Amino acid sequence: MFGKLTLDAIPFHEPIIMVTVAIIAIVGAGVVGWITLNKKWGYLWREWITSIDHKRLGIMYFLVALVMLIRGFADAIMMRTQQAMAAGGAEGYLPPEHYDQIFTAHGVIMIFFVAMPMVIGLMNLLVPLQIGARDVAFPFMNNLSFWLFAAGVVLVNVSLFVGEFAKTGWLAYAPLSGAKYSPGVGVDYWIWALQISGIGTTLTGINFFVTIMKMRTKGMTLFRMPIFTWTCLVTNVLIIAAFPILTATIALLTLDRYLDFHFFTNDMGGNLMMYVNLIWAWGHPEVYILILPAFGVFSEVISTFSKKPLFGYNTMVWATMAIGVLSFIVWLHHFFTMGAGANVNAFFGIMTMIIAIPTGVKIFNWLFTMYRGRIEFASPVLWTLGFIITFTLGGMTGVMLAVPGADFVLHNSLFVIAHFHNVIIGGVVFGMMAGYSFYFPKAFGFKLNEKWGKRSFWFWLVGFYVAFMPLYILSFDGAVRRMQSYANTDWQPLMIVAWFGAVLILCGILCTAIQLYVSIRDRNQNRDVTGDAWNGRTLEWAVASPPPYYNFSHLPEIHSIDNYWADKQKTQGKAQLADPESVEYNDIHMPHNTNAGPIMGLFSIVFGFALVWHIWWMVGVGAIGMFAAFMARIFSENTDYHIPAEEVKRMETEHYNRVKMQA
Amino acid sequence: MREKSYLRALGAVLLAALPLLLSGCSSALMDPKGQVGEEQRVLIITAFVLMLIVVIPVIVMTLLFAYRYRESNKDATYKPNWAHSTAIEVVVWFIPCVIIAVLAVLTWITSHSLDPFKPLETDSDKPPVVIQAVSLDWKWVFIYPEQNIATVNEITFPANRPVEFQITSGTVMNAFWIPTLGSQIYAMAGMDSRLNLIADEQGTFEGRSSNYSGAGFSEMTFKAHAVSEDDYQNWITKVKASDKTLSYKGNYQELAEPSEENPVQYFSSVSPNLYNNILDGFRKGVEDKGEHGEVSNSEHGERVSAEAVE
Repeated sequence: MFGKLTLDAIPFHEPIIMVTVAIIAIVGAGVVGWITLNKKWGYLWREWITSIDHKRLGIMYFLVALVMLIRGFADAIMMRTQQAMAAGGAEGYLPPEHYDQIFTAHGVIMIFFVAMPMVIGLMNLLVPLQIGARDVAFPFMNNLSFWLFAAGVVLVNVSLFVGEFAKTGWLAYAPLSGAKYSPGVGVDYWIWALQISGIGTTLTGINFFVTIMKMRTKGMTLFRMPIFTWTCLVTNVLIIAAFPILTATIALLTLDRYLDFHFFTNDMGGNLMMYVNLIWAWGHPEVYILILPAFGVFSEVISTFSKKPLFGYNTMVWATMAIGVLSFIVWLHHFFTMGAGANVNAFFGIMTMIIAIPTGVKIFNWLFTMYRGRIEFASPVLWTLGFIITFTLGGMTGVMLAVPGADFVLHNSLFVIAHFHNVIIGGVVFGMMAGYSFYFPKAFGFKLNEKWGKRSFWFWLVGFYVAFMPLYILSFDGAVRRMQSYANTDWQPLMIVAWFGAVLILCGILCTAIQLYVSIRDRNQNRDVTGDAWNGRTLEWAVASPPPYYNFSHLPEIHSIDNYWADKQKTQGKAQLADPESVEYNDIHMPHNTNAGPIMGLFSIVFGFALVWHIWWMVGVGAIGMFAAFMARIFSENTDYHIPAEEVKRMETEHYNRVKMQA
Repeated sequence: MREKSYLRALGAVLLAALPLLLSGCSSALMDPKGQVGEEQRVLIITAFVLMLIVVIPVIVMTLLFAYRYRESNKDATYKPNWAHSTAIEVVVWFIPCVIIAVLAVLTWITSHSLDPFKPLETDSDKPPVVIQAVSLDWKWVFIYPEQNIATVNEITFPANRPVEFQITSGTVMNAFWIPTLGSQIYAMAGMDSRLNLIADEQGTFEGRSSNYSGAGFSEMTFKAHAVSEDDYQNWITKVKASDKTLSYKGNYQELAEPSEENPVQYFSSVSPNLYNNILDGFRKGVEDKGEHGEVSNSEHGERVSAEAVE
């Protein structure tokens, strides 16, 4: 009846897990209770859950990412605590059984359920606004993407208290992840969480690629697009090209595990090297999928706050494209030690280094954007400056790893850990935090508290260096990654320093939480009614904050890069809002909200969970449910409507009056 | 006054951190005991210094520009529309290109000179010691084919004489690594890899699996003793005196069962072709590769046979 699932799957004997589950249950019950008490379910369903509004989906992505950041960070500090304790025969407080799940979950969560949704969230919020569109090309699919992603999040979190998570490392290298060496359900959770959310990501990639290619407003040629949109375009191309590889690889692993195939097993002709190649053929582009939009945010931030156009716009675009192309021909650098031979290793090493050239050019472009500017040190700028320095150092250690001869002693060691945190924290996290503080007023109409934002930055920056510089040093003494314990007590002092760094980062996260609370509390002091909170340069700042759900009452026409800034210069730097009385409004064609997205998401959770536990009838329920909801949506004719011109006029008048009143 | 106390505190912190930083200098990678490791040390430092040519100016420029062009500094030039300079763009493309070109040449040369499969060129007139390393859950079995002995989690070999490791796995993927001597290489089931190392002086070095392989991974360590030729012979005699032997069909299968924190064991003799039997054990269902015994004992390893197929 319930396949492999029995009550034993719930780890009652693990106090850490049970306390976590209790806390989640209490917080969850509190949220549910609060929503019920305030009778907000209907509102939530109508305005958020079924919403096809790209801005709301963007906000939901980012919110989930922030919640998952807490989960992923909890894993991180547990690992750091374990390694600070478990030296010289001491076993620490986490047995391998537990520790191995934690480092796997940490990697999976941070990449798939924190970094990805932050990037995709910002992309959702901004891309249609930046290109002067009213929504994305496929609004229903956008909602569906989000709920498939959310299904993955749910499955990962369910694994915490029903069964176990993978003990294989975040990429689940075969044959360790095969049925023989990982007979439990952990890898199955990994498979279905990634498979379902990965399909959501692929759909997002297609959606935004088409959106950017087909829905740009009049006059917006490719080379007039804001640089953030450019980076998103390249990222989406990478998603379309790379994520199917992940889907296929996981599908092959699934066949191995479920149907006794032998793609990646040790015997019967299976080949683990094929798995490693395939997973990195996706995995390497993946890191550029994450970093490119962060580069885009830094470009927008540094230009806005230096009050100058981005230096070398064309160079920046070509550099972005070059990085996108090169990202597909470097994957082998993740396993030089497999023994591919000197020529092959040298080729991939050199290709990897070549990426440093366009990346270096980008860094110089940001520096020369600051040059002869008037830099205002708002918190997005601090994140950007912290990024430039930290990322440069991370890039340097990356090039060191790219030299095969050096990689032979650095590979698998803490050097790798220090390096990719150096670029992912210094690049993606700093970029998303910059984006968060920079675009928050666009999404909500008020600014975040600067004091707590700056505190968060300093804790993150110092915390990063304290946590990860010791790992570089330790790697030089042969300390490898994923050790649950180690014999050499000389390593312990630096491990404790690293632990302290994690505590500093915790303070940074707490500052962000306090910042959000304080900012909401004081929202009336920080309100921005103009829609142009930072004296911005591109189209997203030309509309109200938060933007009306149709974005633009009239689709704008573009004549140059930074068109909005140029327009303001014609009128002494002040934006001119047309008096709604003198404007003629038209009906606006908009898509309807959708029930199918969340329902399909729900059934995909049922589907994934049932597959994990081999509950075959439930697999059928999940599959049929998804299919039925999809069919209902396909044959529905009530998918769009027109906003009457009077309604548009009313909303535009409201915005106009608010701006006038403040002036 | 307050600023000074900040500085003093900062100084104290840096002073306290100094021993930690210096500990990096006497580490396995920065104070290697073998020719391979030494070449890698020089390579790492060279690559590091080359990149500092860009990294240091970037950091200085970041801080300098941020300070100089801060909003409150009205003396600094402000050019609100300046966004292009061909001269600057040429320079910022050119400098990274030159550095990467130099690094690329270095990479090409060292990828070949440090190829782990390539036998070492040394002064030693003696042939290399051959040690076959097999990773199991979660221990290392070392077979000395010429001496017909085997050990668990310990190797001994003469210093100043090259050692050729033949590496495979009887389980999931691991990696064989003695940090003080240099390179590591993956141990993979059914694959026969090579790693050539040498110890330039006597000593005991830590070895381990560096690639995560499951629950007992952390304790999957071994000692590598580089000793004099005489002590090496004595050690072989000692192992030969063990009353245990190792055979593929017999106790190897028990040894291959998962176990953690394994003590050192000696086996005075091993069944013929043990290493090849382990390799072939994973080649079931694969046609044409044939019995390993027939393919001239696979002396040159997987890569040669792969090339032959081509």
